[in-house]
Amino acid sequence: MAKGTWVVVDQRDGKIRKVSLELISKARDFGDEVAAVIMGQGIEGLAAEAGKAGADKVYIVDDAKFAKYNTGAYAAQLAAMAKKYEPATIIFGHSAMGKDLAPRAAQKLDAGLVTDCTDVEVDGGKLTFVRPIYAGKAFAKVNVNSTPVMATIRANIFDVVDVGKTPEVIKADVAVSDADLYQTVKDFIPTVSSRPELTEANFVVSGGRGAKGPEGFKMLEELADIFGAAVGASRAAVDSGWIDTQYQVGQTGKVVNPILYVAAGISGAIQHVAGMSSSKNIVAINKDPEAPIFSIADFGIVGDMHAVIPEMIKQLKK
Amino acid sequence: MKIAVCVKQTFDTEAKIVLKNGKVSDDGINLIINPYDEVAVEEALQIKEKQGGEVIVVSAGSDKAQDAIRQALAMGADKGVLINSDTEADEYARAGILAKAIGGLGADLILCGHVAADDGSSQVPTRLAEILNLPHVNVVRKLELNGNTAVCTRETDGGTEVIEVKLPAVITCQVGMNEPRYPSMKGIMQAKKKPIDKVAGEAIASKTSVASVFIPPPKAAGKKIEADPADAAAQVVNWLKNEVRVIG
Ligand SMILES: Cc1cc2nc3c(=O)[nH]c(=O)nc-3n(C[C@H](O)[C@H](O)[C@H](O)COP(=O)(O)OP(=O)(O)OC[C@H]3O[C@@H](n4cnc5c(N)ncnc54)[C@H](O)[C@@H]3O)c2cc1C
Ligand SMILES: Nc1ncnc2c1ncn2[C@@H]1O[C@H](COP(=O)(O)O)[C@@H](O)[C@H]1O
Repeated sequence: MAKGTWVVVDQRDGKIRKVSLELISKARDFGDEVAAVIMGQGIEGLAAEAGKAGADKVYIVDDAKFAKYNTGAYAAQLAAMAKKYEPATIIFGHSAMGKDLAPRAAQKLDAGLVTDCTDVEVDGGKLTFVRPIYAGKAFAKVNVNSTPVMATIRANIFDVVDVGKTPEVIKADVAVSDADLYQTVKDFIPTVSSRPELTEANFVVSGGRGAKGPEGFKMLEELADIFGAAVGASRAAVDSGWIDTQYQVGQTGKVVNPILYVAAGISGAIQHVAGMSSSKNIVAINKDPEAPIFSIADFGIVGDMHAVIPEMIKQLKK
Repeated sequence: MKIAVCVKQTFDTEAKIVLKNGKVSDDGINLIINPYDEVAVEEALQIKEKQGGEVIVVSAGSDKAQDAIRQALAMGADKGVLINSDTEADEYARAGILAKAIGGLGADLILCGHVAADDGSSQVPTRLAEILNLPHVNVVRKLELNGNTAVCTRETDGGTEVIEVKLPAVITCQVGMNEPRYPSMKGIMQAKKKPIDKVAGEAIASKTSVASVFIPPPKAAGKKIEADPADAAAQVVNWLKNEVRVIG
């Protein structure tokens, strides 16, 4: 009988992404053993951190083949391990890695998968996944009717709880063939930013067409740095070339889920809202009192962002 | 170069969602090509224009999906394949259905959107690649072909990645890769004469089931103020510090 929940850990450069720790803590509610699966090179030291968040067991796959994320090796390894150890459930963060790895592994396991979940309901061991559809205009509750049950879940939904466990560490055999190494990662150009990663940030300050130019974004960056926030943007701002595409929030960009989202000079088009509507507190600054963003804002300011934001900066710096 | 492009027909992204008998209703909804698939079609056409070849558009769905295929044909694709299949099939079943049709085409390159804008899950192309035993690269913004290798630039968490794979491969496209063209009048006329193969989709059972669909209640109205900048700033700072207490 398949048992236990696996959380497939997303790590880069030996650092576990927060979403993985959130899911390890959440998986304890599923009422079964929790195991973290960590693939990489030189990553054995990460087991303790997974245990702290609640993992009873940690499977370590440490090999040069996993030094950089590549779909083929990771998917083959994960599927081989799932066949051997038979977990009942496998969950991933809905990160770039989770989005890419989960469907490939699910297909290898002939299994169903629910992606981009925003909640998990647990009813006597049965899991029901909640996910937005039609850009968040509706939600679906979905069950997986095959084993293992697989899902990817968004960041910043569940808390990391420090349970301080010392996990049992299991070194898994490498089960990857040369044929699985079909992707060659030629280059990785890291984003140089001292700010937090958008998808995991607790605070996000975003600008739209109303920012009027790169200077507008300088001002937003100054506000962001007071909060320790990430900077985001609407597609109009990205298309205007004022900020790089990787900062786009929305259906085509990143999905964010912060405690505070500040939308300055953003109209609130459905495709933008799809990426930020689950933010816990939304502040909107827009000179048009009819802008749709106000219908989802918790605090709306009708006014010129170029006048209001410098005032906010001044007052927050006091 | 033979290029297959997977095209899904989706709701207009502006469509208002209404439930009927517990399901999302398509009454009165304007149906379009999934916007990311339009990017895939454009990319295929540009490759064809550069190095020659054939672009085959494949869609699984009801007869209505023919309109999406016709639009791609009007953009310049050469022929279409419509796989008649259950529109409620899940990603597992849909990927299986598509694989059956695409597997036999002998395509050198399979282009898809990276997500369907409706209830899309970013699963189908990756599953398709696994079934066909091909490499895939997801969410690509730039594609360069050198002989039988594809060099793909994609955005990932924390940076940009450049990945190389051998063809044939499945590549999913992100908006920004190109600017999809509008069909010309001539293109629309020609599309009427281009062939669309209709095939029956295989019966593959889904692995997931939708228990229910709901529309979230509208958000309670928030505060909305109009004041001079200094006063407005003072009010929002006070709200952040003392009411919702998100900052110290
Ligand atoms: C398939 C598809 C995918 C898309 N994906 C995304 C996506 O991921 N993300 C995204 O953002 N968009 C996306 N879009 C585009 C989206 O539809 C909107 O066009 C875009 O979000 C508009 O950006 P904006 O709000 O900055 O610009 P606008 O809609 O032009 O709004 C600018 C706002 O700024 C206000 N303003 C102007 N000057 C000032 C000032 N001085 N002070 C205060 N306010 C001011 C105006 O009143 C207006 O409300 C997508 C569209 C499609 C079709
Ligand atoms: N029914 C379908 N017919 C053709 N292509 C599809 C279908 N469903 C999904 N796809 C392709 O898979 C991509 C991602 O869809 P999804 O996995 O549903 O988000 C789409 O952009 C299409 O290219």
